[in-house]
Amino acid sequence: MAAPMLEVKSLSISFGGLKAVDSFDVTIDKGQLYGLIGPNGAGKTTIFNLLTGVYKPDTGSIVLDGKNITGKKTTEINQCGIARTFQNIRLFKDLTVLDNVKAGLHNSHPYSTLTGIFRLPKYYKVEKEMNEKAMKLLKVFDLDKESHYKASNLPYGKQRKLEIARALATDPKLLLLDEPAAGMNPNETAELMDTIRFVRKEFNMTILLIEHDMKLVSGICERLTVLNFGQVLASGETSQVLNNPQVITAYLGE
Amino acid sequence: MKNKRSIKDLLKGSGVTYGMVILAYVLVEIALKTGNISSLMQGLLVPLCIYSILAVSLNLVVGISGELSLGHAGFMCVGAFSGALFSKALKGMINPTVSLIIAIIIGAAVAAVFGILIGIPVLRLRGDYLAIVTLAFGEIIKNIINAIYLGVDSSGIHFSMKSEVALKLDAEGTVLIKGAQGITGTPQASTFTIGVILLLITLFIVINLVNSRTGRAIMAIRDNRIAAESIGLPITKYKLLAFTVSAALAGVAGVLYAHNLTTLAALPKNFGYNQSIMILVFVVLGGIGNVRGSVIAAVVLTLLPELLRGLNNYRMLIYAIVLIAMMLFNSSPKAIELRERFADSFKKKTAKKEVA
Amino acid sequence: MSFLSYLISGISLGSVYAIIALGYTMVYGIAKMLNFAHGDIIMVGGYMVFIVVSTMGMPPAAGILTAVVVCTLLGVTVERIAYKPLRGASPLAVLITAIGVSYLLQNLALLLWGADTKAFTSVVAIEPLRLAEGQLMITGETIVTITTCIVVMVTLTAFINKTKTGQAMLAVSEDKGAATLMGINVNRTIAITFAIGSALAAVAGVLLCSAYPSLTPYTGAMPGIKAFVAAVFGGIGSIPGAMIGGILLGVIENLSKAYISSQLSDAIVFSVLIIVLLVRPTGIMGKKISEKV
Repeated sequence: MAAPMLEVKSLSISFGGLKAVDSFDVTIDKGQLYGLIGPNGAGKTTIFNLLTGVYKPDTGSIVLDGKNITGKKTTEINQCGIARTFQNIRLFKDLTVLDNVKAGLHNSHPYSTLTGIFRLPKYYKVEKEMNEKAMKLLKVFDLDKESHYKASNLPYGKQRKLEIARALATDPKLLLLDEPAAGMNPNETAELMDTIRFVRKEFNMTILLIEHDMKLVSGICERLTVLNFGQVLASGETSQVLNNPQVITAYLGE
Repeated sequence: MKNKRSIKDLLKGSGVTYGMVILAYVLVEIALKTGNISSLMQGLLVPLCIYSILAVSLNLVVGISGELSLGHAGFMCVGAFSGALFSKALKGMINPTVSLIIAIIIGAAVAAVFGILIGIPVLRLRGDYLAIVTLAFGEIIKNIINAIYLGVDSSGIHFSMKSEVALKLDAEGTVLIKGAQGITGTPQASTFTIGVILLLITLFIVINLVNSRTGRAIMAIRDNRIAAESIGLPITKYKLLAFTVSAALAGVAGVLYAHNLTTLAALPKNFGYNQSIMILVFVVLGGIGNVRGSVIAAVVLTLLPELLRGLNNYRMLIYAIVLIAMMLFNSSPKAIELRERFADSFKKKTAKKEVA
Repeated sequence: MSFLSYLISGISLGSVYAIIALGYTMVYGIAKMLNFAHGDIIMVGGYMVFIVVSTMGMPPAAGILTAVVVCTLLGVTVERIAYKPLRGASPLAVLITAIGVSYLLQNLALLLWGADTKAFTSVVAIEPLRLAEGQLMITGETIVTITTCIVVMVTLTAFINKTKTGQAMLAVSEDKGAATLMGINVNRTIAITFAIGSALAAVAGVLLCSAYPSLTPYTGAMPGIKAFVAAVFGGIGSIPGAMIGGILLGVIENLSKAYISSQLSDAIVFSVLIIVLLVRPTGIMGKKISEKV
């Protein structure tokens, strides 16, 4: 069997005495669509912040595709292959939609600052490649018609999609989605589910997502981990986890 | 197709900026040839170029990189003194134009080095803290330069932080920097033509930098630092790059300034925090991140006090009132709302007319 | 002995910085703006005393009272006309407006009172204190300045902690929106803050001009900047921070003037600020701020 895409072992962090995440383990196989659920304040976003180096873990290890990335900086971790979206959308609001995606292509399409200033032939060549690639990505998310809009002028749902497009532009091995359906209506959510499925197939992507929308979770995730008070309550195949009586009492309510 | 058009629009936009500068240059040259320009205005031509360069370069930090710097005059000061020192040391030994070009390169390089040295510790701070620390650095630079004595004689270079006598120069030795009195006898090599060329080069560098991969990264970091990190952009590298390029261009303006005067001294008026603030005023009134606006604001606001010279003592008062009024008109949420409503009703009226 | 006397005059200068810095810090804490014109209020205070005492020949108390009243009104008026309309605008726009106000005050003073340096007569009539057989002399100005500083500090702390208005100030500085929802009149609270800050500036102006008796339209600018540095130094927004920052700044400035170089004293003061900020990015008493992801 192939090595897993992500292997996290006994990851912990505490803030001022409070254990926000307590020996968290997870193993995600290549190409898997994995869900992370739990009540508010369970530590889901903290785990994303630990995986992407926003916080440094107190203990534990994070191995991405056989490479230990524990303790690395956010920028390096992205270069190693993890990209993410944010619960509270973080776009480059004054840049165009196109430039938001092109910023994601930054590291894979290099040319020097001097090449840019003096408009050497390489500038035109690389910029053209970036434009084509960015437009292709925008098309996947049905954003190609708005490419010249300022990002902050997009409607909410499209902003969420643009964040995913920007993350994908960095050509990650693992994509982390933090509540991608938050604030969307049922139609938009259904559409988003299709998009996520498509992204997984098209880019052969491994995806870990946090979500409260149970329909989305049960609809697309193959495996789930349920988090409660910073600890893993249950994990396994989606249908099994969702029928686990402990999970039902702790999370889904009586 | 759309993005092709937007690139074209962009080129057209920067074309207007270059065109505006060139047109102004041609008009001024015609006026000079036909003698239609007062000696007062003639004296302002090089300063106009200097302030425009300063404003455009500061906009790179304040507008594009989104960091508030109040120490721009400090970099100008470093550039001015290093360039003037070179010119004075080699005065009469090489062609003045060649000498000026080398002085400009030296001024830019030294200012860039200071930009890096100051930027590395300082850029970790944010917002108002960065503002006060850059202000402090500007004042430190001015203060230290005022205390430097430098001379040269047959036995080599002499340096002191105390007094001219402490240099212990022999009879044939010359003093290059004389403490608070600064450098005297720099060749007056700055001309309007050179100023305009340097302004065009500054515009070229800043506009092309902004509209490149590097500029995109800098603006992405400005808009959202955490998201920029999450897509793998190296934050420190690009913040420092913007800061350093800006410092180097301020150094160029400094060299131009130094070669426009016979005596160069670091006074609060020319290199103090007030000067930095003045440049910031150009940037803000010209529009944050708007390079063309920076040039226009620098020119208008430099000319304004001179045009008001007839009003004598009242001119700086009027300047202050105009400044406050413009800020209130431009930035107050109520004024913005009023303007938008006015624009809307205007649109409706024209639309009605079209229907009729 | 000479070290002690430099130290004491440093504390005295620092006390003036501290009083100015208190105004800076309060305004910053509540309106979140760098009030660059704060230093020029000091200058106006100085001129008021000069006019009332030296020109009109009235007693110093009348001069001080006039200075405090005029500066308070001036501070509130400036806030009402120039800053209030910009609430909600970008901080940079407010900063530039404050710079405009600073130019305005300086040039008004220039028009009204001329550019020449006015010889200021000290308002302090206390005999200097001679200690250690006359080797150590503490001037009346020093005694009054340090005492005033302590009184101001204690009163201000009590005002903020014990009165309803003071609590409202704390609430507004924490969260304007929430304060409004709690029924606090935010505009009124900000106006009061400006009034207090400007009154303190007037007091500082009187003390500054008594200790350094020369007055020009630009007298307030540099002490204003220094006090701003002191406020940042101590942790902007913090009252004890402004106090500690101000006094430390005065002491460092005076000692470096005495022992290192009077020309480089400003450079040394600013270098210490930079070092402090690099070690503690929000100042000595500042709160750590971190962005939530």
